[in-house]
Amino acid sequence: MRISRTATLAVAALSTLTLAACSSGPEAPDASSAAPSASAAPTGTVTVVTHDSFYVDDALLASFEEETGLTVELVAPGDAGALVNQLVLTKDAPLGDVVYGIDNTFATRATEAGVLAAYSPAAPAAADAASYAAPGAEDLLTAIDFSDVCLNYDLAAFPDGAPAFADLTLPEYAGMVSVTNPATSSPGLAFMLATIAATDEDGWLSWWEAMRENDVRVTASWSDTYYTDFSAPNYGGDFPIVLSYASSPPFEVVDGEPTTAAMLDTCFRQVEYAGVLEGAENPAAAELVVEWMLSDEFQAALPESMYVYPVSSSVEVPADWAEYAPLADTPTTLDPARIDAMRDEWIDAWTATVLD
Amino acid sequence: MTPAPASARLWWALAGVPLLFLGTFFLWPAATVLWRGLVGDDAGVGPGAGLAEAWAVLASSRTLRAIATTAWLALAGTAGSLVLGLPAAWALSRFSWRGSRTVRALVTVPFVLPTIVVAAAFSALFAASGILGGLGLDQSPVAIVLALVFFNVSVVVRIVGGAWEALPPGRSLAARTLGASRWRAFVHTTLPALRPAIASSAAVVFLFCSTSFALVLTLGGTRVRTIETEIWIQVNQFLDLRAAAVLALVQVAFVGLALWVSSRASHARAAAGVATARRRGPRGRERWAVAAALLPTLALLALPIAALVERSLRVVGGYGLDHYRALLVPPARTALPVPVWEAAVNSLVTALIATAMATVVGLVTAQLLAARSRRAGVLESLVMLPLGVSAVVVGLGLLLTLNRAVLGVDLRGSWWLVPIAQAVVALPLMVRALVPAARAIDPRLRAAAATLGASPWRTWWQVDARLLRAPAGASIAFAFAISMGEFGATVFVARPDRPTLTTAISRLLSRPGLDNAGMAFAAAVLLAALTAAVMLLSERLRTTVGAEL
Repeated sequence: MRISRTATLAVAALSTLTLAACSSGPEAPDASSAAPSASAAPTGTVTVVTHDSFYVDDALLASFEEETGLTVELVAPGDAGALVNQLVLTKDAPLGDVVYGIDNTFATRATEAGVLAAYSPAAPAAADAASYAAPGAEDLLTAIDFSDVCLNYDLAAFPDGAPAFADLTLPEYAGMVSVTNPATSSPGLAFMLATIAATDEDGWLSWWEAMRENDVRVTASWSDTYYTDFSAPNYGGDFPIVLSYASSPPFEVVDGEPTTAAMLDTCFRQVEYAGVLEGAENPAAAELVVEWMLSDEFQAALPESMYVYPVSSSVEVPADWAEYAPLADTPTTLDPARIDAMRDEWIDAWTATVLD
Repeated sequence: MTPAPASARLWWALAGVPLLFLGTFFLWPAATVLWRGLVGDDAGVGPGAGLAEAWAVLASSRTLRAIATTAWLALAGTAGSLVLGLPAAWALSRFSWRGSRTVRALVTVPFVLPTIVVAAAFSALFAASGILGGLGLDQSPVAIVLALVFFNVSVVVRIVGGAWEALPPGRSLAARTLGASRWRAFVHTTLPALRPAIASSAAVVFLFCSTSFALVLTLGGTRVRTIETEIWIQVNQFLDLRAAAVLALVQVAFVGLALWVSSRASHARAAAGVATARRRGPRGRERWAVAAALLPTLALLALPIAALVERSLRVVGGYGLDHYRALLVPPARTALPVPVWEAAVNSLVTALIATAMATVVGLVTAQLLAARSRRAGVLESLVMLPLGVSAVVVGLGLLLTLNRAVLGVDLRGSWWLVPIAQAVVALPLMVRALVPAARAIDPRLRAAAATLGASPWRTWWQVDARLLRAPAGASIAFAFAISMGEFGATVFVARPDRPTLTTAISRLLSRPGLDNAGMAFAAAVLLAALTAAVMLLSERLRTTVGAEL
């Protein structure tokens, strides 16, 4: 229990001074942490609000803390879907200084509600990040990583190659596909958006209607679909086609042989952003965190730590990713503003078509 | 204890303990969510229009259907838990045999297992290729009811079994001597004496079932929608605080209804339990009766647990202990910042602190509720509320209220919120288990002690404390188990760098790979084993304490 915030800050500040005295100091001209806009080096504690899938290697975090003299506190009050809503509801007394994990399916809700403060990072990878930016919110959200949400299939069930997205409504695929509900699962929402982007605005519901006829299975969460339903040798469920990510197959390599693959014509590109929170107590430190997340060290660790692809083009992805987790050539995506305007309506229409 | 005017002041002074605790960590947060949803800024309109819209939410067919589904699922779950739990409570509280203690401990295990893992185990059982696949129950409401019974049968066994044990055999024996049949003696002497405990456990189970979340979503394949799942979706997906607040108020009405029915049913005063009946070995045909009473429950408990263990042993190309060995080292593929054993230590420490909090507040509250009065009724309802109100509302409320310094204490992001949230959840059960025992104490004992010159404290120590020791020991162990398994509220306040077993399991299950899934199931088995060990320990303590009385 922190008895008082000021006391903690004072202690943190003291330790910063000590650290600064015996290390190269926080002002060291290091590409990964020096923010030209910060007039004086920030001190104290910086609180990073994130989702419960966030993971950062201890050593990586420790070296950031040592370099900057900051103390990083992590709070993760729920899953990725809930994160934006919690930030909106706590806008008047923000949960922290900087957020990581807002994705393009919820980005506009966060920016419209004014929970983010403008900040444009200076790290070299910022140029790469810009190509993933949310239109209209380029100065509020910095892209950090991305992933492709795709159907995965059991290689043993389809020896002749990947089934095609357009064929899934055919009778021979009846009872083979398991997906997650877009109202309760973030990959489910992304996949629903993929079907909207892939077909025209009216066509998607008839696709889902045909899938319903074809006994598509709907579950509440990714782990139900993947761990319980997937027929891949590691799990032994009843469904050879399940909703997951393009990055999942490397984890299903058995004895050097892949057992699953992604259907690359069904992918929705999900981008995760970081941003400084409006009303942050330590905005300068928050900016340093955004810079750090674009640094080569942080970007290179992303595939192993969070199973996502780095936005930076100057870091390599692990060898098995290059081999077993190719990205979609032409992933679908939608304008975040349009997603935000239509999301609730689409989910209701989906529920009425597939479940009710 | 009919409180004299002088002791009224003492009553209110003591009532400050539960009121302050629940007020800060439950009522204020929950009320904040309701307020913002119904009349606050988030409404964007004046209070009048807000209420009209609230009514529209309530009257919508979607809401009414969710209410109806919740009511029948909870009723079916409660009925099932009583049908299985009462015979088991009889067998376990009246008889002892080699291994009966282990059975008593095992029966409590399901209650604390993380729902996500058990739901996965049940799904595997009901899947087309699963052991029970032939029943065609996959994604059906029946599957949900079975899982609800699996979780809650232990509540009935604990609460009713505790009261049954404290029941002096005298009256039932007298009836038998007077020529009553076994059944007649049971219906006319035992059953009325047990009625308060049965009603109490039924109310608890009903409330638990009505707020069940992960089970309903997972096993119902999101087709079955209850008040709780609707609240979750309104808050986390649609950001509609108004709808969530209206639904939360419906939950409060459910709590009121459950308490009202329960208090009507328990009007008969429990027999004064002074002596604890000794358990004995079953003789002759009793053996068959005991076996028949326990078998359905044990079968229902064994199947999913066996499925869980099977999954924890599954490795590439067969079975092995690899996932258990993996619990000792930091995960190779980084899903957790610490090895699972460290998360287990976090869980134990957190649960100990939560139990200490719940015990202090719970004992004081049970004492205050021992004598029935209007104010006791109000306090009892307040204490029960956390059982029936959505963890989403409480968790969100904690975020909204405690994310700034309160009276100079800043709990934001503090690790202390975890045991506090768990204690709030454990408290109602603690109180529920203690109150029937406290009420069963013959007031004449206290009067006798007072007549003999004992001070009020000495009376409490010599009479109440002594007689409450056995049920208190049992409910403390229960509170500990609940804290170990709590997830719904914990997830809002848990810290990513200090995972507990339940949050670690949920994180492991959010990553692909057989090793992550296997570790999640192995961690669940570890959680079950730890809980069973604590329960077994409490059974031992109980027996030694029982011998003293």
